[in-house]
Amino acid sequence: MIGAIAIGVAGGVVAGMLGVGGGVLFVPGLVIFLNLSQHQAEATSLLAIIPVAIVGTYKQDRYGNVRRGDALLLGLLSLGGAAGGVALANALSGRALRDAFAALILIVAAQFVRRALARPA
Amino acid sequence: MAIGTAAGLFSGLFGVGGGSVIVPLLVLWLGYDERSATATSLAAIVFIAAFAAGTQGLYGNVHVLDALLVGVPAVGGVLFGTWLQQRVDNRSLSLLFAAVLVASAVELVLR
Repeated sequence: MIGAIAIGVAGGVVAGMLGVGGGVLFVPGLVIFLNLSQHQAEATSLLAIIPVAIVGTYKQDRYGNVRRGDALLLGLLSLGGAAGGVALANALSGRALRDAFAALILIVAAQFVRRALARPA
Repeated sequence: MAIGTAAGLFSGLFGVGGGSVIVPLLVLWLGYDERSATATSLAAIVFIAAFAAGTQGLYGNVHVLDALLVGVPAVGGVLFGTWLQQRVDNRSLSLLFAAVLVASAVELVLR
């Protein structure tokens, strides 16, 4: 339980500071510290992301940064892809899904290193 | 349309919000500035994550209690993170975050 709360706080702080969803930290946290399977961790992460995204959207919208029409369109258009992604994830073995996820977070890590080095201090 | 489909696929497959796909594409293809892209992406993620979580629920993969234990404290974390963002150097944080991701990837593959 303490582990889950720690994962949440850490993921949230990073999300707030760097503008990424907490998912890239929630999933490995749930696997490594709570011993969920890769499939369970991904599914649980999706549910955990919702309150974070709602609060983030509310705050950003007050600053006038959310383009509501585009967001709605984007959200609705993505539903087919999301259904396909979930079906694909459940068709893969835990090992294959886990290795693909590891590759994904390495790519995200590389993006952040590039961003950090590109930006003047 | 392509952005939406790619983001949805990504989100459903990997259990992440899809922001890492949406934000760069909004900037590159639709000429968004980074702040509007991040904000608009967050709003779209509410829909994507809700739908994908519901679909995963049908497969019986969602641990609701764990999701609440992670998701609710995360809201506090976001508020704190947004506040902190104005006060510390984002560059070192980006590098630290990257290091945590690399360590996580290694740990996942070796398990």
